[in-house]
Amino acid sequence: METSFLRPNPSSGVPIYLQLIEQVKHAIETGALRAGEQLPGIRPLAERLVINPNTVAKAYRELEHEGIIELRHGAGAFVSGVRPRQMTANVRAGQAIVAAAITRLRARGLGEEEIRRLFEAQLGGLSGKGERSA
Amino acid sequence: MPEAIIEATNLRKTYGDVEALRGLSLDVHAGSLCGFLGRNGAGKTTTLKILLGMMRPTSGEARVFGRRVSDSVASIEIRRDAAFVGEDKPLFDYMTVQDVIRFTAAFYPQWRQDLEQYYLATFGIAPAMKVKTLSRGMRTGLALVLALCRNARLLILDEPTSGLDPAMSEQVLQALVRHVASAETTVFFSSHQIAEVEQVADRVVIIDRGRTTITAALDDLRAQYRRIHFVFDDDAPAPVFRAKGVERMHRDGRVLTVLASAGAEGIVEEGRTLRPVSVDVVPVSLKEIFLESSGVEG
Repeated sequence: METSFLRPNPSSGVPIYLQLIEQVKHAIETGALRAGEQLPGIRPLAERLVINPNTVAKAYRELEHEGIIELRHGAGAFVSGVRPRQMTANVRAGQAIVAAAITRLRARGLGEEEIRRLFEAQLGGLSGKGERSA
Repeated sequence: MPEAIIEATNLRKTYGDVEALRGLSLDVHAGSLCGFLGRNGAGKTTTLKILLGMMRPTSGEARVFGRRVSDSVASIEIRRDAAFVGEDKPLFDYMTVQDVIRFTAAFYPQWRQDLEQYYLATFGIAPAMKVKTLSRGMRTGLALVLALCRNARLLILDEPTSGLDPAMSEQVLQALVRHVASAETTVFFSSHQIAEVEQVADRVVIIDRGRTTITAALDDLRAQYRRIHFVFDDDAPAPVFRAKGVERMHRDGRVLTVLASAGAEGIVEEGRTLRPVSVDVVPVSLKEIFLESSGVEG
């Protein structure tokens, strides 16, 4: 199985291991990666993307911690069976929330670029805080 | 704490009236690919030469593999166990690539013959080529092949991609990534290509004018550094933040910009008590952090 990982953007300000985690989650959500399928090994993936192997290892550990993949000793990393469906439902629900928010922002006369910046600002600075912007 | 392969404390080096290093401290952890960033003349090469015992510090102390670099016996052991590729690459011009490799291999019992062909092919070097006919990129490539095949525990590289085209730079970086992934190796490499450090390094040491300004895991820098813009109805106030992590503040009319090295949430919260009309938080790239820590306004 050859998952098409994209080169992470090192200059985006988002840690590379988080970008990898997002890619794996996205691949599972779109069905590109299915339960039981194997992910590339840490070393080949690091070489392919020309990024630090410790970064790949960190992403895999985090994904294992979230229960999304299983690290089997000596055998590699595998997509676990449970999560994908549930995540897909969450993502669909999330899309609806975001779409509604965007509609309301557009109604207030905000342009696409301004909306994008608002989202990025909130994601960048206040992760997990659930705080309202002034 | 991970084991420190390199640790330097309060290094000073003066050449006549010039202070090249002014109390530089750093550490490099085992197994890391650590980038060493600084402007030209910041003291990168001087630091690397001191670590390898090729130059003595005026004061201060450094240890590599726990051995003191200023001890002449220990420094021979350091050079035996650490491979160095400097900016000038002394190679025997009259030899062929194959001869240079055989000649070098004879000195190192742990020589990785299995890697020779792989790396030569990667860098597009034919074994029968005369060293004097190699292009600049191939010369760097050959110096790296010699360093990588020694199977050293530590690779110290002074601007390994300087003067290489982008494709060749990428191959060099890939070789380094492959090397740290496959062996118990630590790599400490200087560079002023911030993008390449961002791409492959897991840790970074930034120096400016002979002093260390930042030693950190890159992911921590990315996760913690933020630029916060507070926009006010009227002229921006000049608050004194109680929250930690404020590196720099800049007022421009109604806008107050704060560069935070940590705790952006706390700073935002505190800033909100000043009743701004809007708050904007944006990530900061390593390039901006570098410029900021080198005293260059971003």
